[in-house]
Amino acid sequence: MALVVLVPRTPGWERVQQSFFDREIFVETFPKLLSAFVLDIKILAWSTPAIFVLSVLFALARGVRSPALFPLRAFGAIYVDVFRGIPVILVITLVGFGIPTGLALPRPWNSPLLWGSVALILSYSAYVAEVIRSGIESVHESQRAAARSLGMTSSQTMRVIVLPQALRRVVPPLMNSFISLQKDVALVSLLGPIEVLRRANIEQARLFNFTPYVGAAVIFLAVTIPATRLADHLMARQRRRTGGTAVG
Amino acid sequence: MTAEPKLRVQGVSKSFGDHLVLDGISLDVAERDVICLIGASGSGKSTLLRCINLLEPIDDGRVVLDGEDISEPGRDPDPIRRRIGMVFQSFNLFPHLSVVDNVAIGPRKVLGRRRAVARADAQILLDRLGLTDRADAYPDQLSGGQQQRVAIARSLALEPEVMLLDEITSALDPELVGEVLDVVRELKREGMTMLFATHEMAFAREMADRICFLHQGQILEEGPPEQIFGDPREERTRQFLQRVIDAGRM
Repeated sequence: MALVVLVPRTPGWERVQQSFFDREIFVETFPKLLSAFVLDIKILAWSTPAIFVLSVLFALARGVRSPALFPLRAFGAIYVDVFRGIPVILVITLVGFGIPTGLALPRPWNSPLLWGSVALILSYSAYVAEVIRSGIESVHESQRAAARSLGMTSSQTMRVIVLPQALRRVVPPLMNSFISLQKDVALVSLLGPIEVLRRANIEQARLFNFTPYVGAAVIFLAVTIPATRLADHLMARQRRRTGGTAVG
Repeated sequence: MTAEPKLRVQGVSKSFGDHLVLDGISLDVAERDVICLIGASGSGKSTLLRCINLLEPIDDGRVVLDGEDISEPGRDPDPIRRRIGMVFQSFNLFPHLSVVDNVAIGPRKVLGRRRAVARADAQILLDRLGLTDRADAYPDQLSGGQQQRVAIARSLALEPEVMLLDEITSALDPELVGEVLDVVRELKREGMTMLFATHEMAFAREMADRICFLHQGQILEEGPPEQIFGDPREERTRQFLQRVIDAGRM
């Protein structure tokens, strides 16, 4: 792609238009891209709740104070450090190619879709756990004191009083993570499933034209721009409510 | 006083780091007693209340409720805390719950009441405290005085045997203090056993059966309000009261 842009031979607009914005090719490939995007949506749909649940668990594990549960706390910390420190694309390659091939798993356990999603979930849980933990820590100690003084147990206090407040506060940063995830789903294409980026790849190779990539970009933008606006809106509302102390 | 006080504090000490906040405090509270803790900021009033409610572990001494040592290490504090209500200076209402749910949440989670039952009981309490029409509001929509009354209702919902009030009017605008003190007056009339820390000397004088003057983590002087305010034995008490008078708070 860079080659085409940078090759100095007659780089006029006409050439750009032919290579990137070919109307006929766009019309021909866009429906295929759209139907491939359904797979991206599916990956997003099952990964998001898994990430959410897992990251709440990791955030709770990292917040454990009792000395008896120190191993849990250490495990949470190590997990977050490791998966936040590795590029998502590396986790996807390692888990997505490595586990099914390296362990010679039989069908259906060798599905790249399965392990690609697992990789996304592992990676994102580490990021989101940190966001949620910052939310938990932002809930003032006096809220715990009030709940405990009523006789609530520490787990009731966390579940009923602290966590609901913490999650509300981190909705805007969570939205940002969700937007990143929307895009990073395309990384699963590395492993072979024909989602939108993979489909654009195939079409580009077939037609020797980059318009399908532009089509894929249009599809992503159609999803991420509204989500970004929503996140900005939530962030602004948060600032108004809390007087500029939004967490994140 | 009955043979066995409702609540006994025996030689309780507590340090934060090198700072000794409570230095061997002993105090007996009989059933239906109203005891007031006065003293400068940092004299240990709040810490004492928090220790009684087991929110802070104590370093030494014991806290006895109905003859039972509740401060014993390893003892589950949760069933004890529901018997001791606590109201905080900064209200500490749960901002994500409506007023009626703030009051109902304790009975629901701690006593296992059904939601509808707990909310109906909460509504009755709110009616009593003059908050009938605020039941569905959220804490940030209420005045400070209303918030503090909700906090009292939240505590009362668990039918505590003893109430601890930690400077409950200190965060309020002067014109809102009265409505909160009215509630405490009502509690005294009903015979609630109470231990409260306050800067409102007029109120302490009116309400308390006994006043304890705390200084540097010790109870320096203890007696009926007439004696403490009229004829303090200790020089420190006298100085403290003089400062309060000079500040126009009495």
